[in-house]
Amino acid sequence: MQPANLLLLTLVLAVVAYGLGYARSRSLAMPLGGIRHLKSLPFYYGARAALWSGIPALIVLGCWAAFQGKVIQLIIIGGLPPELIPETEGQASLLLSKISNVASGALPAGFVEAPIAEAAERLKALREQSRLLMSALVVSVSVLAGFLGWLRIRPRLNARSQVESILKWLFFACAALAILTTVGIIFSVAFETFRFFGKVPFTEFIFGSQWSPQTALRADQVAAEGAFGMIPLFTGTLLISAIAMVVAVPVGLLSAIYLSEYANKRVRGVVKPLLEMLAGIPTVVYGFFAALTVAPFISDLAAAIGIEASSQSALAAGGVMGIMIIPFVSSLSDDVINAVPQTLRDGSLALGATQSETMKKVIFPAALPGIMGGVLLAVSRAIGETMIVVMAAGLAANLTANPLETVTTVTVQIVTLLTGDQEFDSAKTLAAFALGAMLFLSTLLLNVIALKIVRKYREQYD
Amino acid sequence: MTDQRSQAEIVRQSLKRRYRKERRFRAYGILAIGIALSALVILFTDIIGKGYTGFMKTTITMEVNLDGDMMYLDDPTDSRQLKMADFVEPLIQALIKEIPGATEEDREEVRGLINPYASVTLRDALKANPDWLNTTRTMSFLSHTDVDVYVKHAGDAAYSIKLDDQQKAWVETLLERGAIETSFNDTFFSGGDSRDPSKAGILGAIVGSLLTMFVTLILSFPIGIAAAIYLEEFAPQNKFTDFIEVNINNLAAVPSIIFGLLGLAVFINLFGMPRSVPVVGGLVLTLMTLPTIIISSRAAIKSVPPSIREAAEGVGASKMQVVLHHVLPLAMPGMLTGSIIGMAQALGETAPLLLIGMVAFIVDVPGGFFDSATVLPVQVFLWAGSPELAFIERASAAIMVLLTFLISMNALAIWMRKRLERRW
Repeated sequence: MQPANLLLLTLVLAVVAYGLGYARSRSLAMPLGGIRHLKSLPFYYGARAALWSGIPALIVLGCWAAFQGKVIQLIIIGGLPPELIPETEGQASLLLSKISNVASGALPAGFVEAPIAEAAERLKALREQSRLLMSALVVSVSVLAGFLGWLRIRPRLNARSQVESILKWLFFACAALAILTTVGIIFSVAFETFRFFGKVPFTEFIFGSQWSPQTALRADQVAAEGAFGMIPLFTGTLLISAIAMVVAVPVGLLSAIYLSEYANKRVRGVVKPLLEMLAGIPTVVYGFFAALTVAPFISDLAAAIGIEASSQSALAAGGVMGIMIIPFVSSLSDDVINAVPQTLRDGSLALGATQSETMKKVIFPAALPGIMGGVLLAVSRAIGETMIVVMAAGLAANLTANPLETVTTVTVQIVTLLTGDQEFDSAKTLAAFALGAMLFLSTLLLNVIALKIVRKYREQYD
Repeated sequence: MTDQRSQAEIVRQSLKRRYRKERRFRAYGILAIGIALSALVILFTDIIGKGYTGFMKTTITMEVNLDGDMMYLDDPTDSRQLKMADFVEPLIQALIKEIPGATEEDREEVRGLINPYASVTLRDALKANPDWLNTTRTMSFLSHTDVDVYVKHAGDAAYSIKLDDQQKAWVETLLERGAIETSFNDTFFSGGDSRDPSKAGILGAIVGSLLTMFVTLILSFPIGIAAAIYLEEFAPQNKFTDFIEVNINNLAAVPSIIFGLLGLAVFINLFGMPRSVPVVGGLVLTLMTLPTIIISSRAAIKSVPPSIREAAEGVGASKMQVVLHHVLPLAMPGMLTGSIIGMAQALGETAPLLLIGMVAFIVDVPGGFFDSATVLPVQVFLWAGSPELAFIERASAAIMVLLTFLISMNALAIWMRKRLERRW
């Protein structure tokens, strides 16, 4: 049975367990003189039976579905004749995909060596067995646990408090998933990053000014020594982010000021949702706009006034990214400006200052830390932004500060290195994870600092 | 006295300058808003201008002589014969007859006007109606993509480079006679991806998006609400709870591509799950949207006044009953609003899905959660990277479909916030 169907079946079984538990509690209460002689309402006996039947079965199902693929792969590799056993992970994944293609019928069995065809047969059989075993195991766990839960229903049993504490633990598990995700991120990037530093020295990665991740496919290939220096990538990222900030910060900040201090309610009611619409547009749309409209426009414009601009200029990607970030900056600054106490405003106006003087001399300095925090968050957004730069910025790792030239960014390189064919032990693929680690660390750092500033500032006026 | 007056004089003299500054500052604000809004307008007009033609297709209508000898076919029910038969020849002959002045010698140029898939259409028609053999039928076929581009952008020199002058003249004549027409592009909504722009559609991507969103929704909504309930109502004030909160806040700001790396390393490499399937995409997007949903659900729970809880506790409800019977229903509209916004984010997300292999070229419409699939934004990305103009207009059209989905989701969220959310 497919995991999805099995999931449904488990839920059906849990509902059945609920019904049976409910009925049993009522029939137990009958001779005692009605349900008021039960410790809890019949609903809780039913719910308890359903949880007993459902939760263990779901855990078994989840674990089986998560690990069956890997276990089957290991068995298949282990069962190959010794001369075919792959030496590296890359070969292993190639071989496995070949075997699974034969098994699914995409590759006729006659085209491959006999052991591989055998392995494909075994793969089919193993998948079938795994599916059967999983179904049998999940259903029997569900029925057995449900039956045990059903059997133990007594009038004196405090089903309600049991159900409630199980639910509480479930809620806790859901909240703790956030920690698990963070741990997952750290482990998934850290592990591959350490392997990468086993191949490329840490100092070369951090301080190298050459980035050309073409590694040799064969040992005897000439001139295919890859260079993994991340400085051009980081300068490229910073250049594009800086351009984005030059667009987003003034526009976002000034519109926030106008909307919160000058605009009347009607204007605000129209303009604010429109600005927020900019934030709701998917990044791939901005990428499309940047690559196909803005970039050609900029290079035509530059050609018209006689300077040379690349058709994948940093300016196009950065400018469009800035537009994307405008609502982010404006809504954060709006919050901060509104948090400045009205008394400061009234005091300044009472002294005869104009509205703009109040804004510039009183409110802005008071709100500055919060605005800085918002800008830092916006920078971290710009650094981590992917689709705009993948579509509009180039691949060439130039070390330049000229916004009309092509630069590449960390995220572009991650995407380029990891889409398409991969070999899981080449420095090229591992480099993507090392870049991911750097990206994660830098955005994390920015976020922590920004959140700290924003929070500290908020406390000042609360 | 004189001193005071002179001070007032100074103020009065500076007033003009100060008011001018005030007006200038105000103008800067208006200018900023103008820039932002005009960017929005330019973006939309650009996409609509590029893409509205993607919703149209160009067809050629002609009288096709379904001569069995010409096609080497005498029994259309025989699948072997169908495989071997020549379905291009009748089309070429029909078109030569349709175009005044075209002769047998122009067959290659004439052939360039017909879509390569037209012969498949003809074969399927014959398969469905075997009695059409040896009759003459008036049928419509998709035109070649180059003709399609030429017809849609006839005035624009940059668009018609692929047809030679003779072909252009023919197309003009056929247009005048009404043999070539443009009509609503139903293929775009009923097909999967294709190498031929005229055949390419977004149905596969839409179904892939729906499957992925379904996985994301059924996981992230309950988990997000459960986590929010725990943090707001049950969590003890301790270091561990703080740690969970810090984690959630940070995850909300982690770049989406990092979640792609997580999906690649954990779901695909560690668990051995297949690449490019909606389940893995849904799992990755779940992890990505969870922080958004948790944060907005917490705000919704927080906005339920304590008097509700106290009243319920006062009549003897347990803590869990207070939460599930009273707080949760009251907070539900806010939670739903937050979740819709989170789902809209997930629907527009591209980067993490690139890393888990949902960028493959997939022709078939996915049939289940474990079929290879792509999603709407990735389809846009794939088409936008194509050098063919006809794909660019389809990418724009797909963007319009995507934006329609997103705007209606956001409108629904705003409507729900206005209608259902209670102010206390």
